[in-house]
Amino acid sequence: MSEPVSKLESALRAGTFVFTGEIGPPKGTHIEPVIHEAVASLKGRCAAVNVTDIQTAVMRASSVAGCKLLLDAGVEPVLQMVCRDRNRLALQSDLLGAHILGIRNVLALTGDHTTLGDHPQSMPVYDLDSVGLLEAIVRLESGTDMGRDMKGNPNQLDGSPRFFKGCCVTPCAEVVDPQIIKLEKKVAAGAQFVQTQAVYDPAAFEAFMRNVESLKVPVLVGIVMLKSAAMAKYMNRSVPGVVVPEWIITRLTEASKEDRQKVSIEICGQLIRQMKSCCQGAHLMTLGWDHCVPEIIAAAEA
Amino acid sequence: MIVAERKPMDEIVAMLAPHRKVLVLGCGGCVTVCLTGGEKQAELLAGQLRLAARQAGRTLEAAFDCITRQCEREFFDNLTEDPRTYDAVLSIACGAGVQYMSELYPEVPILPGMNTTFLASNVAGGVWEEYCRGCGDCVLAWTGGICPITQCSKSLINGTCGGTNNGKCEVNPEMECGWLRIYERLKALGQLDNYRTLRAARDHRKDRGGGVRRLVLKDMAESQESGNE
Ligand code: SF4
Ligand code: SF4
Repeated sequence: MSEPVSKLESALRAGTFVFTGEIGPPKGTHIEPVIHEAVASLKGRCAAVNVTDIQTAVMRASSVAGCKLLLDAGVEPVLQMVCRDRNRLALQSDLLGAHILGIRNVLALTGDHTTLGDHPQSMPVYDLDSVGLLEAIVRLESGTDMGRDMKGNPNQLDGSPRFFKGCCVTPCAEVVDPQIIKLEKKVAAGAQFVQTQAVYDPAAFEAFMRNVESLKVPVLVGIVMLKSAAMAKYMNRSVPGVVVPEWIITRLTEASKEDRQKVSIEICGQLIRQMKSCCQGAHLMTLGWDHCVPEIIAAAEA
Repeated sequence: MIVAERKPMDEIVAMLAPHRKVLVLGCGGCVTVCLTGGEKQAELLAGQLRLAARQAGRTLEAAFDCITRQCEREFFDNLTEDPRTYDAVLSIACGAGVQYMSELYPEVPILPGMNTTFLASNVAGGVWEEYCRGCGDCVLAWTGGICPITQCSKSLINGTCGGTNNGKCEVNPEMECGWLRIYERLKALGQLDNYRTLRAARDHRKDRGGGVRRLVLKDMAESQESGNE
């Protein structure tokens, strides 16, 4: 097996239960607070921190810029890359650029549709899909790109990148089989780790993990902090493949306003404790409540 | 077939504002079948335009005509009206018809009365739905006869995204997730291996990335040329 290319890869190989975090670049140039928060709350606790890529198709500063600033601040980034906005020329170019800047983890995603965001008139690209993006990364790693020269031979690169490549899956989709097949394709295309959509149903997650056992790739279970009962109900209504069970909604409803954050942290901790034994780590999505990460980790390890 | 919808009246009225004498020209092809751009609609529209002009205190001479197809030269011989005697023609054929007519009558402004939308099937009375995007490289053989380019909002080729919600697409809760349909159909056909196979990125030169696409039937094109000599 070749040398790990990132701390995230080493940590997952070492078999320790890994935590990763996530930040979203701002809509604007004022990025310092986000980086500051990541350093204060995530550094040293998360093996790596995802930087979202125009998440939910709402225009924001670039993921690459956020990753570079995290690197400079001593936090290992995971570059999220969606297929919605760039064709294969731009994706490959940005991958080379990311490697040049020192970024070593990439998460290949399809990306929410343009019509769901704040520029619904824009062109949805999807020149490559997530499987195609993973194949493109592997191609670059092998020293060629997706194009061909006049003789029909693959174009040679002057220096090739290496990445630790991840992908996403929705383990609790109502019909999970097509998700699993797609995941198998992503792994066949080169995915080395998996980050899941939010999971609130440990039993369904365990069943999913048994189904994908043969893939032998580390899986980080997705934990999205629920800030209120209203948010939980919204997720049930509107977020595909996410089911927040009644017991969580009840606990959030019963909690007083001051206690809500504490209860939310406890719920995350409890979920991770229940799923810890069947996966390799947890990907924490706090939606701006980064300061809760230390307590979530403590609760998960209790 | 090709589906086209009539442009909003306001837009048509504004388009025709500089003209006093216009011909509304219907087409007997697809747009007659989808009941938007045939002879009847041409007659109706001509009347509506005269009325709209009168209400705005202007005079507009609006006649109508219709030919079998506006995308073929020979049918223009059957025109009852001569386009050259009009200030402008409002064509209610699809975009191909409008442009082709412009080439045949370079001295007359040919204006589009329709928005051409998609390749459709007639799925219910008065309902046409998009089925094909003319991608130039048909994949229906391995997708259970359901087009992922059209029926998946992202035109994905390797399977469903994470946006499937209760069988619907994330883009539109009224629309079924195309990839879920493909999965179900392949499963029913015992062809899930077609889903499992990795599909390479598409060649968009065959789609719309390579300029104007042409179909040339060599034998026919050659025999016509020698026949013309
Ligand atoms: S794959 Fe292409 S040609 Fe075939 S139905 Fe879909 S869009 Fe049309
Ligand atoms: S939900 Fe289904 S149809 Fe919609 S974009 Fe995703 S895979 Fe395509």
